[in-house]
Amino acid sequence: MATTTAPTSSHRAEAHQQVKHRPDRNYRRRQRWGWLFVAPFALIFLTFLVLPLVFAFRMSLFTSTLATGDRFVGFANYAKAFTDPLFLDGLLTVAKFGLIMIPAQMIVALIAALVLDNLATWASKFSRLMIFIPYAVPVVIGALMWGFLYSPRFGPASTLFALFGAEAPNFLAQDSIFGSLVNIVTWQWAGYYMIIIYAALRGIDPGIYEAAVLDGASDRQIATRIKVPMISSSLVMVVIFALIGTLQFFTEPQVLRGVAQGAIPTDYTPNMYAFSLAFSYSQFNYASAISFALGIVVFVFSFFFLFLTRKQSGLK
Amino acid sequence: MKATFLASVGIVTGAAVALTGCSGGEAGGDGGGSEAASCTNTIVNAEAPQVTVWAWYPAFDEVVDQFNNANDDVQICWTNAGQGNDEYTKFSTSIESGSGAPDVIQLESEVLSSFTIRDALVDLTEYGADDVKDQYAEGAWEDASSGDAVYAIPVDGGPMGMLYRQDLFDAAGITVPTTWDEFAAAAKQLKDSGSGAVMADFPTNGRAFNQALFAQAGSVPFEYDSANPQEIGIDVNDDGAKKVLEYWEGLVKDGLVATDDAFTADYNTKLVDGSYAVYLAAAWGPGYLQGLSDADPTAVWRAAPLPQWDAASPVQVNWGGSTFAVTEQASDKELAAKVAMGIFGNDEGMNLGVDKGALFPSYAPVLESDEFATKEYEFFGGQQINKDVFLDAAAGYEGATFSPFQNYAYDQLTVQIYAMVQGEKDASQALDDLQASLEQYATEQGFTLK
Repeated sequence: MATTTAPTSSHRAEAHQQVKHRPDRNYRRRQRWGWLFVAPFALIFLTFLVLPLVFAFRMSLFTSTLATGDRFVGFANYAKAFTDPLFLDGLLTVAKFGLIMIPAQMIVALIAALVLDNLATWASKFSRLMIFIPYAVPVVIGALMWGFLYSPRFGPASTLFALFGAEAPNFLAQDSIFGSLVNIVTWQWAGYYMIIIYAALRGIDPGIYEAAVLDGASDRQIATRIKVPMISSSLVMVVIFALIGTLQFFTEPQVLRGVAQGAIPTDYTPNMYAFSLAFSYSQFNYASAISFALGIVVFVFSFFFLFLTRKQSGLK
Repeated sequence: MKATFLASVGIVTGAAVALTGCSGGEAGGDGGGSEAASCTNTIVNAEAPQVTVWAWYPAFDEVVDQFNNANDDVQICWTNAGQGNDEYTKFSTSIESGSGAPDVIQLESEVLSSFTIRDALVDLTEYGADDVKDQYAEGAWEDASSGDAVYAIPVDGGPMGMLYRQDLFDAAGITVPTTWDEFAAAAKQLKDSGSGAVMADFPTNGRAFNQALFAQAGSVPFEYDSANPQEIGIDVNDDGAKKVLEYWEGLVKDGLVATDDAFTADYNTKLVDGSYAVYLAAAWGPGYLQGLSDADPTAVWRAAPLPQWDAASPVQVNWGGSTFAVTEQASDKELAAKVAMGIFGNDEGMNLGVDKGALFPSYAPVLESDEFATKEYEFFGGQQINKDVFLDAAAGYEGATFSPFQNYAYDQLTVQIYAMVQGEKDASQALDDLQASLEQYATEQGFTLK
């Protein structure tokens, strides 16, 4: 976090020197003001993020089963989590989603951004808005809406398929629920990622394109050889967002579960598993451990990915 | 530095207090009540102590007003904290955090053990529950007690019956089935007649519905007594359950029944548009049906007793039914108990519940009254459905025992029945797997298996 916002090293050295020359009292007074400005944020940060995290972590070190009381067990809950087939299956499910969903979102977002970048008509502004709009729909509402669209009774599918004399597939059945969820997430998030990529594309100096055209590059070559490499750091960021979002997958399956309880069990994704452990089965301790275990997995995946792409992301 | 820091903390806290002050001001009454809760109702007598109540009964506002008007020494402060699981989630969180629960809470009988095992509910015997025992239907009282302890006061029940479409039956030439064999034959007849409807729905997420059907064939899934909370008997794959599930497996395979998830928009529509010829329902079912929109205007609904396995010795079962319990967090438990026993424990309150909320009362004076028995229901063409169906069903119901992890058991039941419907395993295998998963869960949770 600090690396992106910190001033350059020369600035820092200068500031440091200045401080050294000032009297200590003055420096302290300045520091007081700093505390005052930071205080409101710090207070909220501490009460609503740090304290709950510490509390949850402490909870995860205990166990309290229905029949017995609270008992300190150290990291036993974590050991249990990483050998719990339900948790591991959930991880496998989100990993599968990641493999399909992240590329799907990226491809849609990238193509849309590249096309829009080349258009300079009113149509481009309009299309940009249209692609972005699903992101403005709250996730829960979006999932509910798709729940109705997928419904064999209310959805348009049966009517559409009937036109060709065919029978519509059941989008909420066990074998098709995966694709149905991928579709919802891509619909919802591609527009958001498209805007990030589009903004990065607008930041490229148009002079480069002119030079490329003079060298005889086609539009397609400009897109694949110049634009994409130049916005690689934005692409890495988008993938990180998508990766974290996918590992934390919760809202869409949880909402769709309302209409497809058989196809989406309570432990479909790790987050859903933690949720039902805590709120349906009253296993708050184990639910905390599962949440932290998921946090660890998210951290490891993100770190690993950033390490692999350190060249493209501009971190190195 | 310290002074400034504290000052800024002061500012923030001050603002927070001001905000809380505001929301506190919105509360219905500011007198007497121990907690600054916001009531949905208006408090009639602001001087009297207040008891907070969570409940989702239909038309409950009128019942609360009636109670508050009739009682000078106590007032109800009512909140609708959501229905069923929504409310339980909130209650569960309050128990874990040690604060935030209401004094009195509406709970379905099936989840009572899940909360007594967490020491969240008060045993009402010391507050005079035994004295009112005779005023309630036996089965309902049984559901609310565990051993000698009474953890809740029953309010409404869900004795089961069969609501059917007379018009669809007539078109296919079907006579009303009284046994499950006749039911299966009728289902086949309906299909062969080319009707667009199927006989009924067998929802994989039927939970209490499926459990009730099992119970009708003699299945006793759990053996549990809160006096001995660490011991549990699990027998979800007994002969009764297997017989019933195999029966439905057959109907599903032959395409004679649907397997739609219950309580979804699809299901609700199909209930009333003629997709199902039969709605196997609890006594609250008629009220539920009438609340649905897009009904087929030509529908002719009638009620009949639930089909039986053995017509000679009928078994009555219950689906749903709720109670009022007093929570351990209640500041004045005696007063809270008075409210739990008093809201629907009188003719006026219960009659309001019956007339406005379509409740099926557990309170005997109303349940056994002639007026209730002979009540004619326009929806059923003037049929006296209580007398014809539900009163017998209620009288024959002997109560059931639920597990202290009922939610988990239901979720697993859904998983297994879905697997069966998908053709991944047969009925017997599904129940054996259910048994194994529940035994494992119980052991992990520290229970000893009986």
